[in-house]
Amino acid sequence: MPVSMIYPEFEIIRKEDRCIHCRLCERQCANEVHRFDKEHGRMLADEAKCVDCHRCVALCPTRALKIVKSDHTFRPNANWGEETIHDIYRQADSGGVLLAAMGTPKPYPVYWDKILVNASQVTNPPIDPLREPMETRTFLGKKPHQVHRGPDGRLKNELSPGLSLDTPILFSAMSYGSISLNAHKALAKAAEKLGICYNTGEGGLHEDLYQYGSNTIVQVASGRFGVHKQYLNTGAAIEIKMGQGAKPGIGGHLPGAKIAGDISKTRMIPQGADSISPAPHHDIYSIEDLRQLVYSLKEATGYQKPILVKVAAVHNIAAIASGIARSGADIIAIDGFRGGTGAAPARIRDNIGIPIELALAAVDQRLREEGIRGDVSIVAGGSIRESSDVVKAIALGADAVYIGTAALLALGCHLCRSCHAGKCNWGIATQQPDLVKRLDPEEGAGRLVNLVTAWTREIKEMMGGMGINSVEALRGNRMMLRGIGLSDRELSILGIKHAGE
Amino acid sequence: MKKEGQIRIPSGCALSGIFSKNGTPVAGDKIVTSIAVMHDRSNGLGGGFAGYGIYPEFQDCFALHIFYETSAARQSCEEFLDQHFEIVNLSKIPTKKVAGVIDEPQIWRYFALPLPHKLAASQLDEKEYVARCVIKVNSEISGSYIFSSGKNMGVFKAVGYPEDVGEFYRLEEYEGYCWTAHGRYPTNTPGWWGGAHPFSLLDYSIVHNGEISSYDANRRWVEMFGYRCTLQTDTEVITYIFDYLLRRQGLTLEEAAHVVAAPFWSTIARQLPEDREAYTYLRNVFSSLLVTGPFSILFGFEGGLMALNDRLKLRSMVAAEKGDLFYVASEECAIRAVEPELDRLWAPRGGEPVIVRLNKKKEGAEKLCQCQ
Amino acid sequence: MVIQAELLDFQAINEAIRSAGNSPVEIHGCCGQRYIGDGLADQQVEIFGTPGNALGAYLNGGTILVHGNAQDAVGDTMNEGLICIDGLSGDATGYSMRGGSIFVHGNVGYRAGIHMKEYGEQKPLLVVGGTAGSFLGEYQSGGTILVLGLHSKDPVPVNNFCGMGMYGGRIYLRAEHLPSDFSSRLTSRPAEEADLKEIQPALEQFCRLFGESMEEIRKKPFYVITPNSSSPYQQLYAAK
Repeated sequence: MPVSMIYPEFEIIRKEDRCIHCRLCERQCANEVHRFDKEHGRMLADEAKCVDCHRCVALCPTRALKIVKSDHTFRPNANWGEETIHDIYRQADSGGVLLAAMGTPKPYPVYWDKILVNASQVTNPPIDPLREPMETRTFLGKKPHQVHRGPDGRLKNELSPGLSLDTPILFSAMSYGSISLNAHKALAKAAEKLGICYNTGEGGLHEDLYQYGSNTIVQVASGRFGVHKQYLNTGAAIEIKMGQGAKPGIGGHLPGAKIAGDISKTRMIPQGADSISPAPHHDIYSIEDLRQLVYSLKEATGYQKPILVKVAAVHNIAAIASGIARSGADIIAIDGFRGGTGAAPARIRDNIGIPIELALAAVDQRLREEGIRGDVSIVAGGSIRESSDVVKAIALGADAVYIGTAALLALGCHLCRSCHAGKCNWGIATQQPDLVKRLDPEEGAGRLVNLVTAWTREIKEMMGGMGINSVEALRGNRMMLRGIGLSDRELSILGIKHAGE
Repeated sequence: MKKEGQIRIPSGCALSGIFSKNGTPVAGDKIVTSIAVMHDRSNGLGGGFAGYGIYPEFQDCFALHIFYETSAARQSCEEFLDQHFEIVNLSKIPTKKVAGVIDEPQIWRYFALPLPHKLAASQLDEKEYVARCVIKVNSEISGSYIFSSGKNMGVFKAVGYPEDVGEFYRLEEYEGYCWTAHGRYPTNTPGWWGGAHPFSLLDYSIVHNGEISSYDANRRWVEMFGYRCTLQTDTEVITYIFDYLLRRQGLTLEEAAHVVAAPFWSTIARQLPEDREAYTYLRNVFSSLLVTGPFSILFGFEGGLMALNDRLKLRSMVAAEKGDLFYVASEECAIRAVEPELDRLWAPRGGEPVIVRLNKKKEGAEKLCQCQ
Repeated sequence: MVIQAELLDFQAINEAIRSAGNSPVEIHGCCGQRYIGDGLADQQVEIFGTPGNALGAYLNGGTILVHGNAQDAVGDTMNEGLICIDGLSGDATGYSMRGGSIFVHGNVGYRAGIHMKEYGEQKPLLVVGGTAGSFLGEYQSGGTILVLGLHSKDPVPVNNFCGMGMYGGRIYLRAEHLPSDFSSRLTSRPAEEADLKEIQPALEQFCRLFGESMEEIRKKPFYVITPNSSSPYQQLYAAK
């Protein structure tokens, strides 16, 4: 047995005077950190297994537990940090690609935090959203270039099918398989209640969730798991997943061990078989091929469903988006590189792609310069953390935003970033029945509804402050934004002025 | 100091309009008297007027009113005009020295017709041709600014109180069937006359009171269609929105008004199914042209006038009638000042346009007026 | 005292009113002069013509009578006294009034009675003989608003968003039915005998002031509108 060179990252502090040896922590921890030492009549912990998910801490009836970062240290070194050293040990031990989950934890600039929002003073009135009408309804989809009239002189309705959202927020794609059925149920129920949409991700749609079809975006990814005519027709919209912010250029891999029972049935692949999503769609090697996939889906669904194309924010995103806008797609979803994932190679997640703020600004501006902004709606995702991020995204030019991590946090996720291990103690990123049942879909849906309702109220407050009473007047309204501590170059890409200008 | 175009200057204001449905000429001093009553709504930093039917002798020509900062600018601009137009008549616009109006630029007027071969080569209709020429001069020829470009109509504006501006331009010497006026209350000192209202393109003119909160959303949308918001003023963008909706999209005035001041979704939900579909369609297709924040506008066009408030009616506006004359103003007193006894006076609802048009001459009594 | 207002600005008019002490003042030829009677108490001012914005703001007693239409913000933050307008009144009539009464013979504009409140013995009253624009009684927190819709063909005498965000006080609508966009945050009921008795003195005063008939007023029923909770906003917040 080789020596482990990695000292546990966390320490579990148990206040012995509070611990009543109820062993709840032991039963709650799927990582088997806690155990009872019968001989000495006390609880012990194997900290090497702890992922800092707080399940034991949250449920301990006497608040006897807390988890702290270990102050065990290497000799301080600004160049070779602890994590870097650990990663080298791990790879030297295993020969493997480092796998990680959720969005990058690295301290990249968060442009949302360097943008400030305007408010009215004197020259025009702020509006009180609690008492005056304040509209957040959002339509996503293509707008005709020119209106036409019928023989009776009335305007002809030539709007292609789109999505109508009560508030400009959608739950982003998270597949059944990467998250549990109960998590999916909670998202579906909440989307229905909120008048918005959730997204199946690439794992197909469980039969119990077909009833939420009008609040469902069904995804078609390179692996085509669970994609069939009924699936396509059930959703309110179809999303072609070209890429994901956390892992641009990378496919997906759900290990065979997780392909059991309903997941196998929903993905329509044999039990125990690996579920591999190729990096590209093998029918799309060029932009004109995207048009082919868009139209094959439109044909298959009788032109009744808007098509989203989801892409990761990469360097050339503006040109890519322009190509997508001309492909027949109705909506572009851009996923910034800080976006989450159930599993991605750490080096990819932490180094590939660009921030959503810059990508969004560049895409919106480019589409306007080309006069085709009306051909597509833009959904921005990849680390939308709070309602002010939503406001800033819309003012930069988004029609709506995708939230994934924030939705999972509402369901109880503690961002331990161990989704890929499949032992989520909160019942979210796991398929273990005993863990899944910890997440009550009704309760989860209630928490999601609360979150989005609260954000919507905050969005209305901010809009009201700006004297805007409908979200479409905020869209692309960059004069409502100012940068703080940004360079001229960053300001110019964001298309905003600096605070004080 | 930065002027309009380099910086966005919010402003409050007063507005007034007079319209004769029979087309009876109304002298310009009447509108000056009306706007002068609301002196306190302006701060001396901008006033202006638009008159329709004022150039009957040149009614087929585009009347270009131009500010020049320098003679060199005039030379470049006239070179451009010569390349694109046949100039039927040109002159300085007659003015009079008035104490409150200073720093005047050179102010010239050209009655112009597009050069036929240039127009044909451009494959544009006459109005689009002229509009593009105007936008080109205003965005590319430094020191030149075309502030009026319609047929048989003209805009007169300056930095000053509106009553002084009216005197400066000797408006008592003009007669028209329609006049609109504006007194401006900008929040800081503009250096330049072009920023005053009305803003005008072709025969469209807008005077506006309020500050819209949707400005940049609107601007960035209309700029997709060739417009250049060089002044960064609300009137400029609203004029372009109407030009786009009316001339380029072919909407009716009512439809355009319901894009700009769209009914709330809750109001649309209570409409008859047919209307509901039409309003939903308009709000959806032109969602980025919804104008929010307080505004009241007078939109002048050939043969008509529309008054419109924002959908929350955050700015005041009253309308009135006396015989064939229609009046509209920010305050009732501006109407009473020129017409003490009225047949009818009412406050239009927010978002509901009041539209008046010239009665058709041949059909005499038939009224096209749609005021409610 | 009679003031000929044609050539006077608002400062001169108010100066003349103040100089009259407690004797009644008549203003003739008024056309748009603002702030008339602001902060006055215990004086009677009678106006012929069109007084400008902010008529009788902060009024602290006495009477202002207008023979003609008034513009915006009549009786803004008024504390006591009486304002009677034998004509129309503009937007934000009675904004934030805390006491006293405003009677308008004709229509009022948008946001009439907005944030009307009451305090102790002070209970403001706004009576509108005609119809009211949108946002009548918007976030009203006290006092009484009556809208009679006399001489109007509309079955409901108010435009949209009546009582939006209202959290106190009462609105009486003389109407055939409730507004079609009636807010779920409000409660309503047809006025009962006790309610009618409560507004009887106000209606009588209205008839006396403007020569309208009580018989005509009684031809249509009244609805009483009140908020369904006096603190409807609490559940909106979560402590950080």
